[in-house]
Amino acid sequence: MSMAAGLETLQYSFTGSQAAGMFAPVLVGVVGSGNLEVLLEPSPGTACRFEVQTSARGFGSIWEAVLRDFHSRHPLAGVAVAIHDMGATPAVVSLRLAQAAAALP
Amino acid sequence: MNAPLVWDTQRRSRAARLERARACSSGKQVDAAAIGALLRAVIEPGDRVCLEGNNQKQADFLARALTALDPTAVNGLHMVQSVLALPEHLDVFENGMASKLDFSFSGPQGARLARLVSTGRIDIGAIHTYLELFARYFVDLTPNVALICAQAADREGNLYTGANTEDTPAIVEATAFKSGIVVAQVNEVLDRLPRVDVPASWVDFVVQSPRPHFIEPLFTRDPAQISEIQVLMAMMAIKGIYAEYGVQRLNHGIGFDTAAIELLLPTYAESLGLKGRICSHWALNPHPALIPAIEAGWVKSVHSFGSEMGMEDYIRARPDVFFTGPDGSMRSNRAFCQAAGHYACDLFIGSTLQIDLAANSSTATLGRIAGFGGAPNMGADARGRRHASETWLKAGRQAREGLAGARGTPRGQKLVVQMVETFREHMEPAFVETLDAWQLAEQAKMPLPPIMIYGDDVTHILTEEGIANLLLCRSDDEREQAVRGVAGYTAVGLARDRRAVENLRDRGVIQRAEDLGVDPRLATRNLLAARSMRDLVDASGGLYAPPGRFRNW
Repeated sequence: MSMAAGLETLQYSFTGSQAAGMFAPVLVGVVGSGNLEVLLEPSPGTACRFEVQTSARGFGSIWEAVLRDFHSRHPLAGVAVAIHDMGATPAVVSLRLAQAAAALP
Repeated sequence: MNAPLVWDTQRRSRAARLERARACSSGKQVDAAAIGALLRAVIEPGDRVCLEGNNQKQADFLARALTALDPTAVNGLHMVQSVLALPEHLDVFENGMASKLDFSFSGPQGARLARLVSTGRIDIGAIHTYLELFARYFVDLTPNVALICAQAADREGNLYTGANTEDTPAIVEATAFKSGIVVAQVNEVLDRLPRVDVPASWVDFVVQSPRPHFIEPLFTRDPAQISEIQVLMAMMAIKGIYAEYGVQRLNHGIGFDTAAIELLLPTYAESLGLKGRICSHWALNPHPALIPAIEAGWVKSVHSFGSEMGMEDYIRARPDVFFTGPDGSMRSNRAFCQAAGHYACDLFIGSTLQIDLAANSSTATLGRIAGFGGAPNMGADARGRRHASETWLKAGRQAREGLAGARGTPRGQKLVVQMVETFREHMEPAFVETLDAWQLAEQAKMPLPPIMIYGDDVTHILTEEGIANLLLCRSDDEREQAVRGVAGYTAVGLARDRRAVENLRDRGVIQRAEDLGVDPRLATRNLLAARSMRDLVDASGGLYAPPGRFRNW
């Protein structure tokens, strides 16, 4: 599988306590400059798994901190989070994640 | 024997200057072609000269005429003016005509000013706030000659300064009543003025400039450029600060963050039932972004430092809200509005470029000497204030709870809010361990680092991460953790003590969006009462006429 040049893929997984169960996929945001798309889907197990594809390379430690904080506020379990980012600031990332979590049943 | 004392040297100097000027004027009227000769006649080497450089309007014709004089004849000038906006404002130093400068703001010329200071071409007396510089016009920086700018004059020399009166009254009063010379450039000479803003007896010469004076729309923010993060932060400001303290009298900065607040009043704030409880009286330039709130009946009054291009007809049609003359047009006044913002407002909210761990904030950046204009007066507790309001008293109680003696003596406090995203463009952090201002002070040999708003005046820091209420902090350590606690994923934020921050959150010193009951799903541009320039025009019923550069539909 070939990736678009310059994209960086990051993966994180946290164990959660709030089982999300079955839900219709949640999509918020758009892939555009300074913005991102967040997709939540059910996933087996007790983990909340994040896969980030970002055009801004080298911000892995900030992604980890943002996603860890999100997960401590919303300790979701059984959720796969796919993120497609085009250079959003941590502020926009956190807002999109909060919007996605608020849309869960 | 002592020589007899002479008490009228200034008046004699004035008479000599007027005598020399007789050859190049007809009464008070001066031909544009004769302006060089007139300035040569009334300006003497070593004079203090105020070349009216405002925030908005500029005496550009007189500025060009001044720079065209012969520096071997006119030199050693000490320029005293609030804003350095035009290249000519620095040309007089580069060509050797002027040597000393006292000013307030040099935004567009800040980099060149820094270069001229570093090469010794300019000796800066001090960088002031607007009000502070006006004050010194009446103490030790009184101009010998003022070169000012007005919309129109009549045959006698009365002046109409109109909507953009700005600094003119302060400059003219100081100069005219201390035997100085006042020269005015005007766009037109009329038989009858709409109203008299400056009486003829305070004006010595009037010249009609070949072109209308330069003026810039500085306070127009296109709602199309407001981001969702700014909407989120505006929601937190309204719910967490404006509603919490019942803020009725206030001043806003000029950025997109505060434009977002203005545009959420008729929508989000209305939905919270806050109409009539917040935001009724303003010290503010006529921001187009305020139109929807005015039209929805939120705003009782607005007094302004200056005007804003395109707002003339709208203001004329809303005399209950704006300060207008019997002729219908607005009158602004920077000195009075600065005093109003300092003493009569309960809240200032604005943005900055850098905030340090003590909450000191500054827009100063390396290689530029820009000054801060009015921000330090707006963003400072008014220590001389004595009248009470519930808002002011509540802030004062929070700051003094548990303290004794002089520090615990009951008094109110102004709310001073710094509203910033944790990262600016290009992932530049807004939170830093050390302000660039310290290095700049060293580079430019300033006596103090150029801090815009001192940390001990800042009551709240608002970011997308939440609100830090510094009034409730009881030690420097607590204050530092409160700052770090809203600094997000900047290095300053990541270095926070998580337990201390959670403790501050339990005490309500730090409040996140969820603590405030701010729903992130509402934080979209749909919440803005106007989402484009066109929407603002429509909201005004077609009365607002934006300048061409903002007509993007």
